[in-house]
Amino acid sequence: MTAEASVSGTSPDKKISRIGDPRGGSATRGGDKIFHALCLSAAMVLMGALAGLLISLVIGGWPALSHFGLAFFTSSTWDPVADNYGAAGPIAGTLITAFIAMLLAMPLAIGVAVFLVEFCPKRLAYYIGLAVELLAGIPSIVYGMWGLFVLAPWFAMHIQMPLMLAVVPGSLLDRIFAGVPNGANIFTASLILAIMVLPYIATVFRELLLSVPPHVREAAYGMGATPFEVVRSIMLPYIRRSAIGAVMLGLGRALGETMAVTFIIGNSHAFPKSLFDSGSTLASTIANEFTEATGDMHISALIALGLVLFLITFAALAAARLLLGRAEVVA
Amino acid sequence: MFRKIALTLATVGLLAGAAQADNFTGAGATFPAPVYTAWASAYKTATGNELNYQAIGSGGGIRQIKAKTVDFGASDKPLSASDLDAAGLIQFPTVIGGIVPIVNVPGVTSGRMHLSGALLGAIFLGQIKRWDDPQIARLNPGMKLPALPITVVHRSDGSGTSFIFTSYLTATSPAWSKAVGASDSVNWPAGIGGKGNDGVAAFVKQTIGSIGYVEYIYARKDTVAYTLVQNKAGQFPQPDPTSFAAAAVGAPWGRAPGNYVLLINQPGGKTWPISGATFILMYKHQDDAAKAASVLKFFDWAYKTGDATAAKLDYVPLPAPVKNMMRKQWLQIQAGGKPVYVSK
Repeated sequence: MTAEASVSGTSPDKKISRIGDPRGGSATRGGDKIFHALCLSAAMVLMGALAGLLISLVIGGWPALSHFGLAFFTSSTWDPVADNYGAAGPIAGTLITAFIAMLLAMPLAIGVAVFLVEFCPKRLAYYIGLAVELLAGIPSIVYGMWGLFVLAPWFAMHIQMPLMLAVVPGSLLDRIFAGVPNGANIFTASLILAIMVLPYIATVFRELLLSVPPHVREAAYGMGATPFEVVRSIMLPYIRRSAIGAVMLGLGRALGETMAVTFIIGNSHAFPKSLFDSGSTLASTIANEFTEATGDMHISALIALGLVLFLITFAALAAARLLLGRAEVVA
Repeated sequence: MFRKIALTLATVGLLAGAAQADNFTGAGATFPAPVYTAWASAYKTATGNELNYQAIGSGGGIRQIKAKTVDFGASDKPLSASDLDAAGLIQFPTVIGGIVPIVNVPGVTSGRMHLSGALLGAIFLGQIKRWDDPQIARLNPGMKLPALPITVVHRSDGSGTSFIFTSYLTATSPAWSKAVGASDSVNWPAGIGGKGNDGVAAFVKQTIGSIGYVEYIYARKDTVAYTLVQNKAGQFPQPDPTSFAAAAVGAPWGRAPGNYVLLINQPGGKTWPISGATFILMYKHQDDAAKAASVLKFFDWAYKTGDATAAKLDYVPLPAPVKNMMRKQWLQIQAGGKPVYVSK
């Protein structure tokens, strides 16, 4: 029994001190070495897998990238018959849907998190928290089918058609709302994505809000601030930096989401011309075409799309790490 | 402790090895997967031999057989004779499916609207934009066509269905042939893409004024209206197993090198113009005669006894003369200079 353990007296502490005791016997030290090696190899396997993935993507995509050069990123012609591939459409679709999704999800996530932390009765907060977590657990294909069979027709009938009829023909809004009125478009895909990333962002926001020191909040209330003022001027500024990181994590998921988007984005390789135009994303194009692709250049172009998606997602996550910072990392 | 685990693992491995002796594997097309699976389970009951079929898509099937990781590949799109020769492969058909256009036009019910290949080409090119276009009216005298814009719905995923449909457009519409061509996935000039037959059917059902194309079984559902399509003889037959089979009977199986046969626009007054067979790919020169024989034995059994199962799953069985022709071609699959299997 060590001195620190007897001081604290609680059983978990005893356990910790025994395992971490620097004065342990040589057998423990040998065990430590094995443990260390195992952990190191686990980390190395992970790094190796990541590097391997990147290398195989580069090798697989190289024929297409070297053949088309910069045009692969600027052309929006995707023609498997003529073996002519340009990824501008899917790249734009990926960035636009992810951006709109974050725009829609962020205020909702802030609302949910603030409500749960500040205003919600404890019992209710438990159930709402559970519902949010459940939302994160639903497989994406279920979102896709719901989007195709329920959301798309409803959206077309009650939002898209009225909007298209209401705007002045030829105006800017008319151009923004142009498209086939069946609910399969860039915007509904973004809507589905927003619902899918919402639980991730809301959960992290909630943790962040809970991390605001109670005395800061109480001091603000003590000075006569209203709950709105406390949230706006004290709590949100306090978590701002980490919150951006949380948003980027959600963005990472939105960028790579495949199945739900494939069902509802309309799957056109052209560069999207309006909010209600059909489009495609990098992930949806790969999912659509990889199984039946036979031409070497077709496969290479699809793998190159994978590489582009990898790099975009990596950039988003790297930015998230930077913004989260070392001290403020939340699990 | 570890020895015990290792021993157990070794035993399990041995058992699995023994059980796999008469098993064979195939991979590829998803379209015929339900019937292959049904045949496989009946075959296992009848003979004890097991087929492990992985529905990974035609492209995957072709890649897998070329990599020799499976005993046979399966593809909805026949390989050309030169491709087959280059790889040393042989291909034979198993079942037939039909592709049927579906529309969502108010007042138009199933089997009423008449379309032709040239008209379908112009619609899918986005050149005919409205249902009350005079070209559509000419083929449908007396039909009340609404002044609605046409929304084209196509498959978003690469599929044999798209290959057959675009092959038909390429064969019958010079404009389509020049602008787009035929493949599993093409550069669609118009419309939106739905994932799978279900996705196309859902979009057509949900979009007033839309037109799409699906496999026969999806067109039979009451929720969408199928159209008739003009065949080579100028007739408008009903899409059904009889008219699909008629296409296979008239097709040039014996004469086409490598069985490269598309059941597109085949002659005959009762022939549905847009159908296609799905194919099996095997090597002509086999290293393992017993394994290759077990594959051929399975398909011979399926040719003999599998028609009812296929029909129940809405596939069209091959006509008997075509089956016999294929049995003769199997003699080309050899090991050590001898055919691996002779059908009796």
